[in-house]
Amino acid sequence: MNSDNSITDMHLDVLKEVGNIGAAHAATSLSQLLNRKIDMHVPNVKLVSFDEMCDLAGGAETIVAGIYLRIEGDLSGSMFFVLPVESANHFIRKLIGDETFDFASPNLPEIGISAMQELGNILSGSYLSALSDFTGLKIYPTVPSLSVDMVGAIVSFGLIEVSHYSDEVIVIDTQIREESEGGIASVDGHFFLLPDPSSYITIFRSLGVM
Amino acid sequence: MVILNEVIRVGIADMNIVKEPMTIRTSGLGSCVGIVLYDERKKIAGMVHIMLPDSSLGKSDRINVAKFADTGIYALMELLKAEGVRPMALKAKIAGGSQMFQFGSSDTIRIGPRNVEAVKQELKRLSIPIIAEDTGGSSGRTIEFNPIESMLNVRTVNLGTKEI
Repeated sequence: MNSDNSITDMHLDVLKEVGNIGAAHAATSLSQLLNRKIDMHVPNVKLVSFDEMCDLAGGAETIVAGIYLRIEGDLSGSMFFVLPVESANHFIRKLIGDETFDFASPNLPEIGISAMQELGNILSGSYLSALSDFTGLKIYPTVPSLSVDMVGAIVSFGLIEVSHYSDEVIVIDTQIREESEGGIASVDGHFFLLPDPSSYITIFRSLGVM
Repeated sequence: MVILNEVIRVGIADMNIVKEPMTIRTSGLGSCVGIVLYDERKKIAGMVHIMLPDSSLGKSDRINVAKFADTGIYALMELLKAEGVRPMALKAKIAGGSQMFQFGSSDTIRIGPRNVEAVKQELKRLSIPIIAEDTGGSSGRTIEFNPIESMLNVRTVNLGTKEI
């Protein structure tokens, strides 16, 4: 199926709303978890090349903590929650109360990894349940998996499915930031939702635009 | 004379060729595989960054040849031939094909190893010997090839840097 030609600005706006609702719920969960104010940007919905997809996350070589999960059910696709290593450290240090924790160290304590996976679980869970409520579609996420590595290596894994069909991907990108005391953003993370091309029509139909 | 150390960049599902003194690089290889074909004497090399093992997996009308192991390696060889390289003189170095995550639908999860297998099969079919490889594992790689010394620099986040 090649539906790229029939996707209009209106369709992209609908996907923007999908990202808005999902990420707003996830940001609320995160805010409660950390007891801090989390700011969320208006989502960016774009049809991008694979290289541009990596650029959205800071460039292929940026080192990140990336949570990846597959979505199955009425809707299929890939979802990523990507945090630069510094931001991930900041989060996890607060969550586990250990200021020495560092994702860059060779022997990662198990508790930090679990905490990061759990963070991914909570955030993606709230994102997807909001999405499911909004669209009326049944969505089953797989257990999230964590990798600390170059963002190109992590994100390209989610592009494999799309690459069977196309050299471009629709990405629903929502950026979150935490404002610290000095006004400097200490957290600069991204949610990426990449619906499989076979699910584009499913989403549009569920929202009555196709 | 100042020789600028210019680097040619190869994107995802992309290919290009390079002549000394320039080098050629691709960043953030995960399950994808980077294949370098080079002529040691002419100091010319080409690199392709493939995502999928076989062009029969493509489901669109137009295919990007650089996306698949079978069509990508062949197309890269044709590019080098157009530069006057004899196929007999070509050698290969390959890197990538890791398994970044430990779950997924069964076909997707093994995409790294399947890519590596397909690359080796195609190189064998074209009678191009593999001189060095750094494949598999669970780390991302950035690779850069220098046609002067015919060396491939492989950089990882967790396992350091090596020359193969």
